[in-house]
Amino acid sequence: MSKLTLTVNDQTYDLDVPESRTLAQVLRYDLGLTGTKIGCEEAECGICTVLVDGVPVDSCIYPAFKAQGAAVTTIEGLAHNGELHPLQKAFVEHGAVQCGFCTPGLIMTSVALLRGNPDPDDHDIKVALKDTYCRCTGYTSVINAIHSAASELRGEGAQPWCSVATVEPLKAVGRAVPPPETVDKVTGRARFTDDYIFPGMLYGRTLRAAYPHARILSIDTSKAKALPGVLAVLTHEDVPGENIHGLVYSDWPALAADKVRYMGDPVAVVAAETPDLAAQALALIEVEYEPLPVVADPEYARTPEAPHVHEEWPDGNLLKHIKVRHGDIEQGFAGSDVIVEHEYRTPTIEHAFMEPECAIGVPAGYDDEHAKLTIYVGSQIPYSDRQQTARALGLPEDAIRVRGTLIGGGFGGKEDIAGQIHVAMLAQTTGRPVKMLYTRQESLLFHPKRHATIIRIKTGAKRDGTLVAVQAELYGDGGAYASLSDKVMTRATTHATGPYVVPNAKIDCYVMYTNNPPSGAFRGFGVTQSAFAVEQNMDMVAEAIGMDPVEFRLKNAQKVGETTATGQLLRESVGLLETLERVNTSMRGADAGFQWGWREGGKAYGWGVASAYKNTGLGGGAPDRAVAEVEVFPNSIAEVRTSSADMGQGLTAVLAQITAEELGLPVSAVRVLLSDTDLTPDGGPTTASRQTYVSGNAARYAASTMRDALRAVAAERMSVPPDQIVFEDGCVRYNGSSVALGEVVGWMQEEGLEAKARYQYDAPKTQPLGTGGDMHFAFSYATQAALVEVDLETGAVKVLKVVAANDVGRAINPRTLEGQVEGGIAMGLGNCLTEEYIIEDGVPWSTLFARYKIPSIKHTPQIVSHLVEHPTADGPYGAKGVGEITSINTTPAICNAIYHATGVRIYRIPVDQDALLRALKAGEAEVRTTWHDVK
Amino acid sequence: MTLWNYYHTPASVDEALELLRSYAGKARVIAGGTDLLLDIRQGHLPPPEALIDITRIGELCDLHQDGDWLVLGAGVTHTRIVSTDLIAARATCLVESCGVVGGPQVRNVGTLGGNVAHALPAGDGTTSLVALDAEAEVILDGERRWYPIRELFVGPGMSLLDPTRDLLIRFRFKLSGPYEATAFKRIMRPQGVALPILGCAAWVRLDESGEYYADVRLCIGPVDRVPVRAEAVEAALCGQPVGSDAVERAIQAAHEGLHPRTSRYRATAEYRDEMIDVLLRRVLPLAAERAQTGQAVPEGVGIE
Repeated sequence: MSKLTLTVNDQTYDLDVPESRTLAQVLRYDLGLTGTKIGCEEAECGICTVLVDGVPVDSCIYPAFKAQGAAVTTIEGLAHNGELHPLQKAFVEHGAVQCGFCTPGLIMTSVALLRGNPDPDDHDIKVALKDTYCRCTGYTSVINAIHSAASELRGEGAQPWCSVATVEPLKAVGRAVPPPETVDKVTGRARFTDDYIFPGMLYGRTLRAAYPHARILSIDTSKAKALPGVLAVLTHEDVPGENIHGLVYSDWPALAADKVRYMGDPVAVVAAETPDLAAQALALIEVEYEPLPVVADPEYARTPEAPHVHEEWPDGNLLKHIKVRHGDIEQGFAGSDVIVEHEYRTPTIEHAFMEPECAIGVPAGYDDEHAKLTIYVGSQIPYSDRQQTARALGLPEDAIRVRGTLIGGGFGGKEDIAGQIHVAMLAQTTGRPVKMLYTRQESLLFHPKRHATIIRIKTGAKRDGTLVAVQAELYGDGGAYASLSDKVMTRATTHATGPYVVPNAKIDCYVMYTNNPPSGAFRGFGVTQSAFAVEQNMDMVAEAIGMDPVEFRLKNAQKVGETTATGQLLRESVGLLETLERVNTSMRGADAGFQWGWREGGKAYGWGVASAYKNTGLGGGAPDRAVAEVEVFPNSIAEVRTSSADMGQGLTAVLAQITAEELGLPVSAVRVLLSDTDLTPDGGPTTASRQTYVSGNAARYAASTMRDALRAVAAERMSVPPDQIVFEDGCVRYNGSSVALGEVVGWMQEEGLEAKARYQYDAPKTQPLGTGGDMHFAFSYATQAALVEVDLETGAVKVLKVVAANDVGRAINPRTLEGQVEGGIAMGLGNCLTEEYIIEDGVPWSTLFARYKIPSIKHTPQIVSHLVEHPTADGPYGAKGVGEITSINTTPAICNAIYHATGVRIYRIPVDQDALLRALKAGEAEVRTTWHDVK
Repeated sequence: MTLWNYYHTPASVDEALELLRSYAGKARVIAGGTDLLLDIRQGHLPPPEALIDITRIGELCDLHQDGDWLVLGAGVTHTRIVSTDLIAARATCLVESCGVVGGPQVRNVGTLGGNVAHALPAGDGTTSLVALDAEAEVILDGERRWYPIRELFVGPGMSLLDPTRDLLIRFRFKLSGPYEATAFKRIMRPQGVALPILGCAAWVRLDESGEYYADVRLCIGPVDRVPVRAEAVEAALCGQPVGSDAVERAIQAAHEGLHPRTSRYRATAEYRDEMIDVLLRRVLPLAAERAQTGQAVPEGVGIE
């Protein structure tokens, strides 16, 4: 311990702290300034940025004593006397905040920029924020926010957010209100799981497999247990209940017992007084393995010689064979004038949410607030966490409470169990709270990812441009455990016709167990992969028959009255044609000389178009329900409660707006409580773009039920006909007289009634694949056009512009919706150009953030967004899902654009400039390899 | 994980050396720490007992002009180099290379000295220092002396300096004068580790007509285990008239003399070969134009 003198946010501290501290540790743990977040500890993501003597630095690798005597400014130091800094205001106003985990880093980096440069242009902003990542927003709103704040700081006034055109808004629905927690996210007050500390809290760590596939011969924990300060070392033998979990299939041991099936498999967990001691204890656990042959890819997995990943599984390594049969495929191709057949490959993709997984277990009876075993976690499915934890701990479900914290991004990657079961076991064993925070590197290793796929697809059409047949074979790398593989690859299969009318289809998908990290849910849910193949085949067919790619799509687009290849009659809300037309008009502009591709200087330019559709909701016969509760208090404040998760997408705003609309309240008078299994009813999983629709409907009907109850009481008290009472501005009104809503609540209470309503919303019934009928209750549609620039000397690809049109049914909140559009495009761009999670013979190479590049602000293209609103009858105010559709067609649009620019087809992503250049030089028309395929 | 136990910020070179001596191999020199701390955290280096931070030693933070020479302390950050007008005008390649290292947060603390001491074969700043024919003053095993920059590189990631014992004090190089100029460019890919596929720095001196290459120094890397001068290419250019013919001669010489390797997660040898052409076509005319006009505005700083 030495004295460290720091002035932090104008307050001087003399601290006795170990010299081994980083600045981030001092700020977060010694000073409790948890607004500064830690994202990677590799100086890659920049979200830990603070200012040291005015200079932005990565505090996670900045030794605290390096800052001896310095003035440090953190996110908590920006607002003065409750007045937000112009940047903080601008981030709220421009929708530059989603999950909020990177927000402090973005804002602090921007503060430094504006101090040195009061009027930055886009380039200056991109230079300054180049290494400060955001996974949610796609950066467009961040750039706008910085311009606005700069303008305000120059005394020229803040710039307003420019709304995208929508249908006429209602009182609350259709308005760009910020989600209620947004202000906390820009001030650093927002608390994520790692920001919680409990007295006596221990630190957990997980020992993971040493091989991708091996039998466990023995585990010796005695040395680890003997280390002073270590309070528990648990293995499979210590799992009190059933040692198994899983979302669809229960195939994943909480702690590996007989064998390990991938490098992320947990073998033992420890709890110790400090994180360092926990790490030391891990090193003392001795595990004896017998390595087994590795199943490294899904095609090999299906061969007879491949060893079985799960010996007890009856179908070998085949997790599922999924089939779509429609019409007569032989006849279809026989009647086709043009047939295009190709094989495409997509890699494993990492979610790279900015907040690594963290869970805290608090033992039952710890204090008054924690009578039950409580798990704090940022999870997409709190009730499922509770169910799976209860099973592993051998407890009834209601003996456990899952309290959702804010989620620093999810994108599907926080649906599976991470540390929930482990912290519960460790807390119960030690009788003390236990926090398990994964490092970025552990997060990369452990959690289920986007399926790598091999897709062979054959498309047939008539010379007049009528699509006749699609045949496809897909292989999905399911990895070591099932997770959501079944559902994800079903979606890839059923959407493999693209959003078109295809009278004859035969599609087979094989989802295979391998020794790679498990694959699961990831924004786009399988459709991202099939769209990459489908939409390039579409362009090739159009070219072969000499038809414009847009015209070809328009001719075959799904419309009301048509039937999908799974036998679903489309009755309403099919906005595909309009998305195509809007994008086409925007892309071609007023210029009569539109060209798909051209060359200029040493560069080639090209436009590419792709369309897509994506189901809203679980579908396939799964009951899709959400329960919401609405309560109104005597102070005229309402609260809406459901367990649905907000991982940054803006669900809280949607629920508050819907509740406000139904009750005639200002949105600011509605509180939202999410993700608490004791206080909020089950909203179901936050997946499948379903929450606006399903939980939104639950909230809407709960609120309208509440309104009807209030109306009945008010009518009686005011002696007026119930149907003439109007709910507006927080009051009930009749003929000029007005009573505050809270007063009506008082009347209800006087009558012994609770001003509380609960509603279980069951979405329209769906049918399983193969039975015909409606597999889904709604689809969203989208078209994107991308303009790319290819450097003919280097092969480097740059996306200059993306035009997007999304049919969302109804825009409940146009600003958060635009955030989904911009963020979805950025994620799609990363999927196409920058990202690949590399695994070699079961061993991940992408073990660091430095080895896995997500798009940074410098990749941000100009985005032109159109909202198309074809309402769906059962959706709240007509709304359907939007979270995934925004991201799906970016990749094929870019690849089609590259083709138009260069004449080279991309069959493998990410696009490799090395291979692209070599193809260009050799006059080859295709690229089938990627950047690490070289020997 | 505890990455180090003690942290010292000596105020003088002597104090730093004394501290290193007292830890007897268990302390390491740290400047910005943006490479070192990652190496420790990722297990490439065992955690040292102590870190000796040299960035508060005046001599190591010194940056001044001494006649035609620039003297640059080893503890000067990339950001300070990039924002120094004198360097931008008269050692332009150094600003162009230091300006693309990492992002602002890394450049704000990472130092050129640390970059050189880390001994990557294609560190951007290193590539430019080689083209500038820089010298480095070091205290090696207690002895203070100047070395040509290239002699500090022993192998990939291996420096002549022992980081538990020795100190890199400063660099010096001649600022470009009349008819002289420099330029730096590199080729990156958007995937994987942010290291250059290939980088190229050139220093040129034209004759007084401004029409002929009188002297050239060129560093292209990585083409070897350590940074090297492309001497055959330099020779091919000397005496040639400025223009595309000279560049093509340079390219031909480069292909005869330079043989970049395939590295699995960066690039194929074939691609790197192509990039030699591209870089020479981009760097040589730029440097020549700067030498002719006497004007140099750094390009690509922040984002290439």
